[in-house]
Amino acid sequence: MQKINLKVNGKSVSKEVPDHTLLSIFLRDHLNLTGTHIGCDTSQCGACVVHVDGKSIKSCSILVADINGSKVTTIEGLAKDGKLHPMQEAFKKKHGLQCGFCTPGMVMSAIDLLQTKKNPNDDEIREWLEGNICRCTGYQNIVEAVKEAASNM
Amino acid sequence: MASLVGSRVERKEDKKFLTGKGRYTADINITNQTYAVFVRSPHSRAKIQKIDVSKALRADGVVSILTGEEIAKDKIGGLIAGWAIRSQDGSEMKIPANPPLAKEHANFVGEPIAVVIAESLAEAKAAAELVNVDYKVLKGVVNTAEAMNGETIHEGIDKNLCYDWLLGDRKAVEEAFAKADKIIKVDLINNRLVPNAMEPRACVTDYNTASEEITLYTTSQNPHLSRLIMSAFGGVAPENKLRVVAPDVGGGFGSKINVYNEEIVCSWASKKIERPIKWVAERTESFLTDTHARDHVTHAELAVTKDGKFLGFKNETIANLGAYARVFATVTPTYLFGPCATGVYVIPAAYTNVKAVYTNTAPIDAYRGAGRPEATYTIERLVEKAAMELGIDKTELRMRNFPKQFPFKQTLVHTIDSGDYGAGLEKAKKMSDYDGFEARRKKSAANGKLRGIGVSSYFEACGIAPSAAVMSLGCGVGLWESAEVRFNPTGQISIYTGSHSHGQSHDTTFAQIAADELGVPMENIDVIHGDTDKGTFGMGTYGSRSLTVGGIAIVNACRKIVAKGKKVAAKMLEVSENEIDFKNGEFVALKSNKKKTIGEIAFALYLPGSRDSDFKSQLPDGMEPGLIETAFFDPANFSFPAGTHICEVEIDPETGEVKVEKYTAVDDFGRIVNPNIVEGQVHGGIAQGIGQALYENAQYDETGQLVTASYMDYTMPRADNFPEFNLGFTCTPATTNPLGVKGCGEAGAIASPPAVMNAVIDALGGQEISMPATAEKVWRACKSMKKSNYKAA
Repeated sequence: MQKINLKVNGKSVSKEVPDHTLLSIFLRDHLNLTGTHIGCDTSQCGACVVHVDGKSIKSCSILVADINGSKVTTIEGLAKDGKLHPMQEAFKKKHGLQCGFCTPGMVMSAIDLLQTKKNPNDDEIREWLEGNICRCTGYQNIVEAVKEAASNM
Repeated sequence: MASLVGSRVERKEDKKFLTGKGRYTADINITNQTYAVFVRSPHSRAKIQKIDVSKALRADGVVSILTGEEIAKDKIGGLIAGWAIRSQDGSEMKIPANPPLAKEHANFVGEPIAVVIAESLAEAKAAAELVNVDYKVLKGVVNTAEAMNGETIHEGIDKNLCYDWLLGDRKAVEEAFAKADKIIKVDLINNRLVPNAMEPRACVTDYNTASEEITLYTTSQNPHLSRLIMSAFGGVAPENKLRVVAPDVGGGFGSKINVYNEEIVCSWASKKIERPIKWVAERTESFLTDTHARDHVTHAELAVTKDGKFLGFKNETIANLGAYARVFATVTPTYLFGPCATGVYVIPAAYTNVKAVYTNTAPIDAYRGAGRPEATYTIERLVEKAAMELGIDKTELRMRNFPKQFPFKQTLVHTIDSGDYGAGLEKAKKMSDYDGFEARRKKSAANGKLRGIGVSSYFEACGIAPSAAVMSLGCGVGLWESAEVRFNPTGQISIYTGSHSHGQSHDTTFAQIAADELGVPMENIDVIHGDTDKGTFGMGTYGSRSLTVGGIAIVNACRKIVAKGKKVAAKMLEVSENEIDFKNGEFVALKSNKKKTIGEIAFALYLPGSRDSDFKSQLPDGMEPGLIETAFFDPANFSFPAGTHICEVEIDPETGEVKVEKYTAVDDFGRIVNPNIVEGQVHGGIAQGIGQALYENAQYDETGQLVTASYMDYTMPRADNFPEFNLGFTCTPATTNPLGVKGCGEAGAIASPPAVMNAVIDALGGQEISMPATAEKVWRACKSMKKSNYKAA
């Protein structure tokens, strides 16, 4: 067992969990933050992307013990005081989601892209999101949403 | 008030998904729940000689282990095929038993043999490893084309043949072929796909020992239908003791139509152990056991005159059903395939012959388009090849054979109410700069690249389906849809639909429609679905039916609301009913211009007292209070969207990589309710179709092991595989429903595979290759091309 101390979405959390607990499982099963989704088990689909100390990471591919002491932001922590993050707003405006399952990972990944590059072009957006699979949208409106957010961030 | 139908309204459902508040089945946990893990066959075909669970039962945390023996003892029924198809000799189709847990024979890798239920997921997994199954391994039948020559999989089903179905007139076709100047022939493989909704299947079952009710939370496209099947055929519980909830569902694409083994087993087991059970598929389990798709082997011929007139069409197809026949499995390669295989053309004589075969592979069922992508691929490959062989421009050849009048009675089954195929093709040509292609081809050639252009003109039959028609085709149930519109006393509205949204945006589209019908703001309207305890029985969502069938039920229920409201308004405004007009949410007395809003009428229908000197009712004599109306809509015909897609690819002959450079889609969906949502549906469909054409393939090895059972091996299309799709629309309103709408959910996946493959084959100078056109296949094709061919191109 491991004692885990994290700051998740601005709140300190402290839990005792088995050594092999993945960050994705920790968030979902131990903190009930079920907005982070598990879609593939092989770190391919990206539905589980969250931010650890500000950088995007597939939460299914890291043990929570390995990031002990870090700051984690999940999809639940993006909106502030009831106001959506510009990326969330942009996804809504551009119809960048359908079933919603890949969306949390897609949004978290896209935010990190804009932290890395302020005004990416279509190719750069598509290349960055290569690790996030969406089966509904054909990606087009996701690309539109990221461009929209870039112009508002 | 401006009409909401036709406007780009943002989605009502988005906020929950964007803030992590969606509630999918795997997000649900129930106090005291246990965890299920399934023991699955590692063999494609084996006799189950003995199952020894003794060691597993002693493992830590194990609550129960159940096998096919127990489920048979409790007389729990198996999975079903929903449509009866007759062979051409008049005999009934052959359907094998498909028990939820295999008892004597395992027939595909992944078939459930036993369920291990434990206190934790880790304990259930560990114990499942200890279940010892003694298999006698048999030779699996894997290959579609060879299935009829393989060993008999199911006792009594000769040649592994489910049916040998014929639609059309062979003799008339032979006569037509005798008159032809040229016969165009293709041999096609429609590659096997895995639908791959991003949310893996899951269920949580909860048995209440006091009420004796089972609640099943599940990843279903059609919870009411699931309950009906589980109750009527599974015998799991009577319908009133079985509540099926499909909460937020992360995509379906057809793979979540069926009731699956795991849902039946967990519901039944929950009652046995008197505790809740949770099961969530891992991605590889989804690959192995979700229904797969397509998998046709086709030989087709088109008889043409030298000036390009189509005379006759032949289609000989072997369709793989997998190990068992599931709900839409038998109709997908027949009535959803055969009639559409003559495409958007006047072809005087045609037939389609389909032999549906069993193999030791995962069951195949509906996947976005279901039968119509296979049909469109068949005819559009033929037409493109005909253009090449006749030396007629591919768009001109299509134009010459389009019907000139609507309604258009196509060769085999359908009478298409409306359309204008020429207008769609012309618009697609213009948008794609078709005429400028040769210049672009030269430019690519100058860079050592091969450029090709492909066209696909399609129609499809969706809005599944008019009861009378489908019953005559052999469906066990009529596929109407229900709606209930409930006014609350203070004027907000709840709409219950029997359809289900797992990405389709019902909350928004249906609210737009109802807002227009009732003249109230859409913010006041909530759309509720996905729970058999809420709303009326309905058929669910598949076959692009939610709007064209379910949406119309909502319109009709709204119109009943207005009709009742009018009677009340007449009394309140002291005029006769025919002196009342209803518009923009107000009942207006024509002469006096006195008004009552629909909200006031609703209030009066619940709280009818009004006071002059005494309280008296404002309702007409004998009228029931309340403002709730239900409608069942059974359409008069299928819905027939159509259009033309044009794809342009560039191939690097050094690597074989195919790049989709331009993709233009022009579709006719009749009247469009929300362009954002419709465009989103088209984008997604095109992406899946390009996936089929270039990337995706479910590959079994010769022993029946699925070698593409994870995202490491099965190529899911990614964002960087696509260009920006260029969409356009034409509009010929449907005449079979009051909104004039046509289904839009599947068109993209139907039209795109031939558009892409026609472009690839065009780039390869006519050299035919099969889907998916992977870099390896294309590279090999480039190698075998004469260098001069593409240098000159």
